[in-house]
Amino acid sequence: MKGVAITGMGIISAIGRNSEETHTGLKKAISGIGLPEILATNHKDLPVGEIKLSNAELSELLHLPEGHCYTRAALLGACAISDLLKNTGYGEFPEETGFISGTSVGGIDLTEEHFYDYIDDPGTRRFIPAQHPGFTTEKIAEYFKISGLVTTISTACSSSANAIALGARMIRSGRLKRVIVGGTDCLTKFTINGFNSLKILSQSECRPFDNHREGLNLGEAAAYILLEAEDCINDKPVLGRITGYGNANDAYHQTASSETGEGAYLAITKAIAKAGISSTEIDYINAHGTGTINNDQSESVALKRIFGEWLPEFSSTKAYTGHTLGAAGAVEAVFSLMALQNDEIYPNLNFETEMQETGLRPVEILQKKVLKTVLSNSFGFGGNCTALIFQRDGL
Amino acid sequence: MGCKIYINGISNISPQTDSVFEDQAPLEYETNILPSLKQDYKSFIKPMMLRRMSSAVKMGIFCAKQALLEAEVTMPDAILVGTGQGCLQDTEKFLVNMLNTNEGLLSPTSFIQSTHNTVAGQIALDLKCQAYNMTFSQNAASFESALIDALLQIEEKEVKNILVGGVDEISPQFTGFQKLNAQIKDENLNNLDLFESNTPGTIVSETAAFFSLSSVKRATSYARLIDVQVLNILEPSDLTRRIERFLEKNEIAEVDLVILGKNGDNRYDRYYDEIQQGIFSDKCQLGYKNLVGDNNSVSSYALWLASKILKEKKIPEIFMLNALTCNKPEKILIYNQYLGRNHGLILLETCDF
Repeated sequence: MKGVAITGMGIISAIGRNSEETHTGLKKAISGIGLPEILATNHKDLPVGEIKLSNAELSELLHLPEGHCYTRAALLGACAISDLLKNTGYGEFPEETGFISGTSVGGIDLTEEHFYDYIDDPGTRRFIPAQHPGFTTEKIAEYFKISGLVTTISTACSSSANAIALGARMIRSGRLKRVIVGGTDCLTKFTINGFNSLKILSQSECRPFDNHREGLNLGEAAAYILLEAEDCINDKPVLGRITGYGNANDAYHQTASSETGEGAYLAITKAIAKAGISSTEIDYINAHGTGTINNDQSESVALKRIFGEWLPEFSSTKAYTGHTLGAAGAVEAVFSLMALQNDEIYPNLNFETEMQETGLRPVEILQKKVLKTVLSNSFGFGGNCTALIFQRDGL
Repeated sequence: MGCKIYINGISNISPQTDSVFEDQAPLEYETNILPSLKQDYKSFIKPMMLRRMSSAVKMGIFCAKQALLEAEVTMPDAILVGTGQGCLQDTEKFLVNMLNTNEGLLSPTSFIQSTHNTVAGQIALDLKCQAYNMTFSQNAASFESALIDALLQIEEKEVKNILVGGVDEISPQFTGFQKLNAQIKDENLNNLDLFESNTPGTIVSETAAFFSLSSVKRATSYARLIDVQVLNILEPSDLTRRIERFLEKNEIAEVDLVILGKNGDNRYDRYYDEIQQGIFSDKCQLGYKNLVGDNNSVSSYALWLASKILKEKKIPEIFMLNALTCNKPEKILIYNQYLGRNHGLILLETCDF
C-alpha cells in the first residue's frame, strides 16, 4: 500500500539544534548525554540528554517578545518546526494545516518554578494555564498561525508516535490535506524526581539492551514531520512514507511492561499488517530500548516472538538523546527517516554484553545498508504501546 | 462522511444526579468549585483498588463500565479518553512533596498515577483490554478530539465497539489557582444564577461521561453521531460561517436544537450570543453549565444530555436558555469553547431515520 507522504522534518535534541546537526551527531556516534547544567535540579549527578540552550536563548532564536509565557516544551517545539519549515520550502504553513502534538508533562516546568509565587506575585499568574498539555500545543500553533485542527495526545512515552499515526489516519480519511505531527517534552524536576523515585534512572550513560544496563537517562527534545495528501505534494521531495501503524495496550501494570511483551507484540503485529508487508521485509528496527531492566527485556521478548531467528538489524538511539518521553516517538521517526534517506543504521551506543535472557545483539557501529523499510517502537506508562513503519518513497 | 456510528450506552457523573432530566429540582451550590456526587463505586471497583484511586480514575472506570453494561459490550475494540487536565490530584501530590522536601526521597505512587493516560490505562487494566488505547489532552477540545478518533476508527471499518469518554477532576491547589487568573469567579454565587452573573470567570467542577459507540444500531440506541470538528482559534464574527460550513459538509440543512457551553463568563459568552441571536435565534437553545459547572471535558456531559433528549424525545425545562421549545428533537448541534479557544462542534441525530 502506498503510505502517507512525509514532506518535511525538523528536530532539536541533545545531539543537535536542527536536522543537519542531528544527522552529523548520529553518524559520528556523538552522545548528547551529560550532567544537567540548565535544569534547576538538585540531582546534579544524574546524567541527562539536555539541550544546552537556556529558555532565554531559545526565546531569542525564536524572536519572542519579553514577558511571553511559552513553556520550555513550546520553545523546543517551535524550534523544531522552524527547522521543518525551513526544509519544506513553505514560507509559512498554508491555511487549514492541522497540528497534532504529543507531550507527556507539557508545561509542568512552569508550575514547579512558580508554584509558590502565584498567590503573592500576580506577574507570574500568566503561567497558571501553562501546566496542561494543550497549552504547549496552542503556543506552538500560535507561533506558526495554525488555527484549525489543533490537538494534543498524551499517552506518556508513546505520545508523539500516536500523534504521527493519528495524522496519517487523518490524511488517509481525507479529513486533512496537510498536518504537522510529532511531539515535544523538556526536562523537568517533576520527571527527573518521578523516574528517580521509581529507581529506574541510570547513574551513568544508559546502555540499552546490555546485560548490565542500569536504567534510563532522561532527555529533552522536540521533533515534527509534515504529512501531506497526494494532491498537495506536487514536485516536492518525499522523505519517506508511513505505511503502517499499530496501537495496543499491554493491560498488565500501570508502569511496568509484561514479561511476554504482549502490548509491544500486538502493536508491532498490527503495524506490519497495516503496512501489508511481511515481517521479513523490515530492514531495520529503531527499538524503544530505554535501558531499563524491564523495558529492554520485555521488548526483546516481543521482537523474538515476531521475528524469531530472523531478527533484522536493530538499535536503540536512547544513548544519544536520552529518553525524551512524549517526544521520543517523533525523534526516532526523524532518525528512521534519516536512516532511510542515507541507507545508514545508527549504532546502539554503550553496548557490550548480550542480555542473558534473550542474547540479542544490536548494531554497535554505524552500518551502511540499503534500507527500504524501518520499524520504530514506542512504549509508555499506562500500557500504551505504538509501532510505526516507515518506507522509502516509490517502492 | 457517511459512516454510521451509534451511541448505545451512556453514563455520567457530575454535581447533579440524572434525575434533573426527569424534571426534579437541581442541586444548588453556593461555592464556585463543584465536586462530583459520590457514587456507589464499590459496585464496580474492588475496595482495595478504590483506596488508591483519584477521582478521575474512579469516575472514569465507573462510567466506562456502566456505559459498556448498558450497551451489552464486554470488551470494547478501542478505548478513547479526553481529559484536559488529567490526573491533577496525583500530580499535585507528587509536585508538592517534591517541592516541600526540596527533591528529597519520594514515594513513586502518585508519580505513577500522575500521567494523563492513567484513566485510559486503568480502564484497560480493569477490563484486561489490549485494544487500541488513546488519551487526548487538548484543554476544552479533549473530548471532541477523542470523538474524532472514534469517527475515524469506524470509517476505517476496523472496529465495532468503541468506548469513549471525557473526564476531569479538581484538586485543592491546582484548581484553586484558577481563581487567581480569573478562570473562576471572584464572588461566590448560586450555580443557578450563573448565566445572569455578568462577571469574568465561571464555576468549575469535576465530571465524567462515557459512551459505548458502535457501528451497529440496536433497538435501544440513543442516537447517531454524525460528525465532530475542533477549531483552535476563531473570532466570534467567524463562528456562524464555520458552523454553516460544518453543517453543509454533513448535508444538514437545519438542526432542531443547540446545546451551548455558555458558562457565565462575560468576556467570552459573546461567542454564544453571536449564534443565539443569529443563526439559531429561532431554535430551542439549551445550556448546562449552570447545573454541572465547567471543566475541560464537560462537553461530554452535553453529549450525554443530547443522547437522552434524542432517545426519550423530551426536553427538560431546566436546561432551556430561551422560550422556544421543540416538539420533535431530531438533530442536535453541541457547541462549546473555553476562553475563546478550543471550539468544538458535535453533530448528532435521532436513530429513528
